[in-house]
Amino acid sequence: MNAAIEFSPEAKAKFERILTLYPPGSQAPLLPVLHLAQEEFGYLSPEVQEYVARLMKLPVTAVHEVVSFYTLFKKEPTGKYWIQVCTNLSCTLTGCERIVEYISQKLGIQVGETTPDKKFTLITVECLCACEMAPMMQINEDYYGHLTKARVDEILDNLK
Amino acid sequence: MAELILTKNFGVPDSHKLEVYLRHGGYEGLKKTLEEFTPDQVIEEVKKSNLRGLGGAGFPTGTKWSFVPKESAKPKYLVVNADEGEPGTFKDRYLLEKEPHMLIEGAAIASYAVGIHKAYVYIRGEYVKQARILQGAIEEAYAHGFLGKNILGKGFDLDLVVHRGAGAYICGEETGLLESLEGKKGWPRLKPPFPALVGLFKSPTVMNNVETLCQLPHIMKRGAAWFAGLCEGAPKAGGTRIFSVSGHVNKPGIYELPLTVTLREIIYTHAGGIRGGKKLKAVIPGGSSAPVLTAEEIDVKMDFDSLMAAKTMGGSGGVIAMDQNTCMVKALYVLAKFYAHESCGQCTPCREGTGWIAKILGRLVHGDGRPGDTETLKAVADNIAGNTICPFGDGAAWPVQSFVRKFRSEFDYHAKERKCDVPRNGN
Repeated sequence: MNAAIEFSPEAKAKFERILTLYPPGSQAPLLPVLHLAQEEFGYLSPEVQEYVARLMKLPVTAVHEVVSFYTLFKKEPTGKYWIQVCTNLSCTLTGCERIVEYISQKLGIQVGETTPDKKFTLITVECLCACEMAPMMQINEDYYGHLTKARVDEILDNLK
Repeated sequence: MAELILTKNFGVPDSHKLEVYLRHGGYEGLKKTLEEFTPDQVIEEVKKSNLRGLGGAGFPTGTKWSFVPKESAKPKYLVVNADEGEPGTFKDRYLLEKEPHMLIEGAAIASYAVGIHKAYVYIRGEYVKQARILQGAIEEAYAHGFLGKNILGKGFDLDLVVHRGAGAYICGEETGLLESLEGKKGWPRLKPPFPALVGLFKSPTVMNNVETLCQLPHIMKRGAAWFAGLCEGAPKAGGTRIFSVSGHVNKPGIYELPLTVTLREIIYTHAGGIRGGKKLKAVIPGGSSAPVLTAEEIDVKMDFDSLMAAKTMGGSGGVIAMDQNTCMVKALYVLAKFYAHESCGQCTPCREGTGWIAKILGRLVHGDGRPGDTETLKAVADNIAGNTICPFGDGAAWPVQSFVRKFRSEFDYHAKERKCDVPRNGN
């Protein structure tokens, strides 16, 4: 158990507020609390999962089961910019494979890897429901569509 | 051009703000509902409107509500399904971003009809921006008496909470969503009991899709007869829906049209036809789970019953067009990888079957096919469909069954010759 893992007062206040939105004693706040913990600690390490389990009065296994089920919960550290390129049908029909290959080449990493300077992590994902702008990707919170090599350059070169 | 109802003000600056929504007649439907209708009368009105679930199932909305017991010792819940995830679909993203107050108003009308005082919006985790916009709109609605205690001074109370998902397609399935909302992994539940009786927190629950709820303010304001009349000639259809159109069309995007529009009109009149003047080869008419149609089958109307008669489905309204140079084996492989990734793992036929299908298609695509692969694909899909707890299994099997049935020669060619025979297979 890691004593250093603890919510800041601001996060603690958010945590308390989340609990009020669901019936008392239910496990329902777990997803919002895990989102909060990920914002706070960057990723959900085993120690963070233990901390959340203690806060929620749940077995660690219950927390781990949920963390491992959902793709947006990060089990390991990622780069500052988390690049998720959609590879579902509409994006494949419009050339996402070339985009993935180009980003991989440009950043010098394979899909699933992080650049040595910890700036970028590249992964491929299933449909992000923005097929009208295919091929597209999500970087952290934002969607970027109509991707071409030039547009990828413009987007990535502008991220500091 | 048909009348726009849901998307009419998408181009208006700050359409997501309360002030702009009110200026365009916002919350008048709720006001009229609370002033002039009893809850039962709302249910009747919605039944008469022919509104059907626009998330995918097409179930009549008023009928769904009527399954919830009038009296309940436990609190009743509304859950808004904003977990948009069906490949090829992106309409709810626009509604959440452009018209969050329309959703809040619709949720309030549904809650009043069913006697609900607590509602959750389960929004897909990737929609961070949309969740923030919706949260802002909810706060505005509370501040102006459209949510909270004694709404519009009419003695009706409703609390609305935004709940973010965390990346799992299965959570768009009704009972998978309920499990997820309860803080667990999204494993669908056996039915019965149906959520109308035993849903969220073991309480009676109504679940409706974003777009379905957004229709309610308009139905209540302008009447069921007007809404049903928008789909002339289709006795069990009403209103418009937002078709998400993507793939090889010239103008991919959202198109709000009456359900009686044909697939040909959507592709050629609205979405500008096929890119590069190429021929259309195939279309998925209602999101990735809907059985594929060939270019010869696109004169079908897009209402739920006409599509069902054509052995496919209206689903989520996601239209994906594929041109003459598309390799159907490759296209199906992309979908199969999706289903294999998203299978929740609870039922053996689906967990194992989706993996096998993806592997067989992978070897066909990569020039490693074996004789008999086409038959095996079909056999595996046939053994998933109908044999799982939730409709995901069917949704995973239908594309395989329909692609193989309609484009059999391509699959056989890949299996026998270990290569593709589609000219200029550049994708």
